[in-house]
Amino acid sequence: MAAHEDGTLTKLVVISSDSVLPIDAALEIYESEIEITIKETCFGTMVTGPEDAVNRVVREVVKLDKNHIFVKERGFPPGDDRRCRAGRGGGPRPGFHFLRNEINILPIIGKALDDFDNNVPLEKIVRPEKLKVSHLKDIIKSEITR
Amino acid sequence: MTKVFIYPTNSLILSDLIERFGHTPLAMMGEVHDKITTIGIDSPPLNITPEDPKHGLKYAAVEVPAGVRGRMSLLGPLIDKAEAAIIVDDAAISFGCMGCARTNELTKFLTRDKDIPVLELTYPYSDAEGKEFVYKISEFLESLPKEDRS
Repeated sequence: MAAHEDGTLTKLVVISSDSVLPIDAALEIYESEIEITIKETCFGTMVTGPEDAVNRVVREVVKLDKNHIFVKERGFPPGDDRRCRAGRGGGPRPGFHFLRNEINILPIIGKALDDFDNNVPLEKIVRPEKLKVSHLKDIIKSEITR
Repeated sequence: MTKVFIYPTNSLILSDLIERFGHTPLAMMGEVHDKITTIGIDSPPLNITPEDPKHGLKYAAVEVPAGVRGRMSLLGPLIDKAEAAIIVDDAAISFGCMGCARTNELTKFLTRDKDIPVLELTYPYSDAEGKEFVYKISEFLESLPKEDRS
């Protein structure tokens, strides 16, 4: 992740694990005794503070279940007036729809990462072929003549 | 480490996988962070200002809507810096701040037009597709140079 001029960094830690809860991640961060700000959310935690400290803490949290905890940078710090829904009259904050949609795919990705670590070979996927126009015409004709 | 541009530009999955396999993701979040923490005339600083459509003129013509040019002022410099790219198409989630179809088209065009390695995929919706998705990304990222080019 590229360094920022102001030296701070905010990261979203998204937990999609059967064994780790957002509270476990938060406790891991509290125990680290590093001076950073964290916010617990329904999907995980948000961590903000000096870049080195945030990266160090996030690495520790990811170690709890490395293939099922996902991290990305966030532009705005947690609780920022420009984004926080407390000051915007409720509703999902901008960008949450996208995050929520990706969170639904995370179990698939986590499982694939487990397989990757266990060197499970990739099987060829047989995708259903698109319906041919001639076949569609036959279906229509058979429906009409019924 | 190779700087890898991602599309969708704020994707959690792509950003995470690129860092996981030892490269640097070039994502929208970093650009937004720089903008909102740089002190300017606006207080607090905004992620898009009236100046941005002017900066976007480098990437889109003047008759292109200001919304496209404003977005390109954030995305364009990322594409310029990119040394590789991963494009995930078929994202039903290209709405919200990602929801400008013309910007998305222009972003993908400029990425493909640049002479860099590009991996194109679709979002996975089953275990088998997920496995293929992760394996292809890992294979692509492992083919990129790991040493720092800058």
